Amino acid sequence: MPFRMFDGNGAAVEAIRMARPGVIAAYPITPQSSIAEKLSDCVANGQIDAEYIRVESEHSAMSVCVGACLTGVRVATATSSVGLALMHEVCGVTSGCRLPVVMPVVNRSLVAPWSLWCDHQDTMAERDTGWLQFYCGTVQEVLDLTLCAYRISEHQDVLTPSMVCLDGFFLSHSMQKVSAPTDEEAWDFVGPYVRRNMYIDPTDVMFVNDLCPTSEYTEMRYQQKVGFERAADVAREVFDEYGRRFGRRPCTVEKYLLDDADIALVTMGSMSGTAKFAVNELRRQGVKAGLLRICMFRPFPAGEIREALKNVPVVGVVDRSAGLGAAQPPAATEVSAALRGAGCRVFSFVGGLAGRDISDGAFKGLYSELLDVFEGQAQSVNTWFDLKGDPMALREVDIIC
Amino acid sequence: MLKMMAASKGLVTHGVSSCQGCGIELIIRNVLDVLGEDTVLVIPPGCAALFSGTGPEAAVKLAGIQGNLENSAAIASGIAAGFRHQGNEHTTVCAFCGDGATVDIGLQSLSGAMERNENILYICYDNEAYMNTGIQGSSSTPLGASTTTTPAGKPVGSKDLIQIVMAHGVPYAATASVADLGDLRRKVKKAKGIKGCRVLHIHCPCPTGWGYHSSKTIELAREGVDSGAWVLMEYENGRVKLGRRPSKLGHAEDYMKLQKRFRTAVGELTAQTNERIISRYEYLEKLERLGGE
Repeated sequence: MPFRMFDGNGAAVEAIRMARPGVIAAYPITPQSSIAEKLSDCVANGQIDAEYIRVESEHSAMSVCVGACLTGVRVATATSSVGLALMHEVCGVTSGCRLPVVMPVVNRSLVAPWSLWCDHQDTMAERDTGWLQFYCGTVQEVLDLTLCAYRISEHQDVLTPSMVCLDGFFLSHSMQKVSAPTDEEAWDFVGPYVRRNMYIDPTDVMFVNDLCPTSEYTEMRYQQKVGFERAADVAREVFDEYGRRFGRRPCTVEKYLLDDADIALVTMGSMSGTAKFAVNELRRQGVKAGLLRICMFRPFPAGEIREALKNVPVVGVVDRSAGLGAAQPPAATEVSAALRGAGCRVFSFVGGLAGRDISDGAFKGLYSELLDVFEGQAQSVNTWFDLKGDPMALREVDIIC
Repeated sequence: MLKMMAASKGLVTHGVSSCQGCGIELIIRNVLDVLGEDTVLVIPPGCAALFSGTGPEAAVKLAGIQGNLENSAAIASGIAAGFRHQGNEHTTVCAFCGDGATVDIGLQSLSGAMERNENILYICYDNEAYMNTGIQGSSSTPLGASTTTTPAGKPVGSKDLIQIVMAHGVPYAATASVADLGDLRRKVKKAKGIKGCRVLHIHCPCPTGWGYHSSKTIELAREGVDSGAWVLMEYENGRVKLGRRPSKLGHAEDYMKLQKRFRTAVGELTAQTNERIISRYEYLEKLERLGGE
């Protein structure tokens, strides 16, 4: 398979193009904009035979997708940050109506303060909206996971939409070498869209999403829960098949040097490459460090995570989210729950917000804190890492009466 | 589920839970009668959602979706695009929305759909407040009208939806009223035959929210039209065409005194309302003359 060069947004567009959507609705937002642009290019130059609806907001983008998908066509959109927040209401309609929309989300901070840069607060705020969530580590994975997401989401046992999350700028605007299937190979894998269960058809009448009485709502949610449970199995089957076809098997979690590890970090997204680099350095120094990257966050692969980490005495979870007011930020909360009773000590780290680089030095610092705990030198860690000198002094205003 | 002993006439089922004397029921029965079975509906939450039904019991015999309050035009755009992609250019995609879902929270998505000239029929039944949630004021609530959020009477007038629609240059828009169902049906039929974004704004008296006896809906709608409080007009190919000249133009006293919502609007407010009605009508007449030149 020949290599091609894509940035993350380009890889997302390539996967969408290969899946042949019939309706595309997108609204530009940094750092997603080039997806909206390239998709319109593809429609204009005939590479995608689709209706391109130039909507006036992300809320309408998802609304158009809901309407179009219900008529029985594959749809496409993409968003980021506050755009996803604006979409939130309709994201619930999409998942509740069991519409298997696949949407790249280019991860970016939420506001305020304004930021254009990467963290995971936007998609983490959507983690209970009823969407599958995949967090890409590389541009290659953007392509692979987007193609796989169609198969997983559209599977008749799943019927649940997917967010394919790629870190803003770190992946969206980073040119990387990508191995891509041919259009024919990709189409043979993804296949045509088949409408199931809920649809709008004047010749086969049903009214979708009317008021649901209390006597039925719980059961409707339960159906979604079962969809998520099945999605975990379907994802593994689809990843296996993708691996057989294309030689790369996407993963739900990626384990790196965990078997004999004394300390391990749990990471998500593009930070993971740097974390592996730090692990390699530490291993050379004789420190038994390991890494677990969570690729599939919804459904949360708690069993696999427990199996992978249960023998690691000290675990740190790196959240690229603030998790304000929570006992622990989102990834740490879930990993802690997965490891409950396993005997590991689980600590939370928060950093990398608004595009702040998590350098190899920063990761070594985190491992060093975990090592101190492992060796009994410390009882806990500093959760917020890489903080500037006196964070409370920033924007501090003297009140002059 | 109830066992139905006889099929209902038309495309609305038995047992709709709208209030006695509700204008919407009259509107939707007539609209769907004209549009026919090759129609799909987008209905937001609100009074019209009584026609989407509850659980397994829909109250219309058509395909459709109950969307969110603010995105009917966008969902309809998506349905139209999906149909178009599959070669279906014949099915009417109709959004059927109240004033709150149109002039307040849904104005943005409607504006987008009008700008893109989506192939949809957007119908706003205007009962001039959020009636389904308990008569809260909307931007369609008229000057002086009392609602649960304008208890002392609304201090400002309503948005002029038809002029907002005309500013988008849609191929066809019209106002209508339950006072003249023949005219309403003619406009729905005309809208059905036109491609692109069509908007109908239909005056819909509400006995519960406006405070009048449920037997007076048509009489009240007629007073609205006769006084010019509701102006019947069409907008087609950039031209304005007014309906017959209101017989009591600028005399909304009779219209207002029939309704308890205007009980606090006495004296100067009534005069202000009449002035507004006259100046708006004269402006619309100028637009009509401009189109005729």
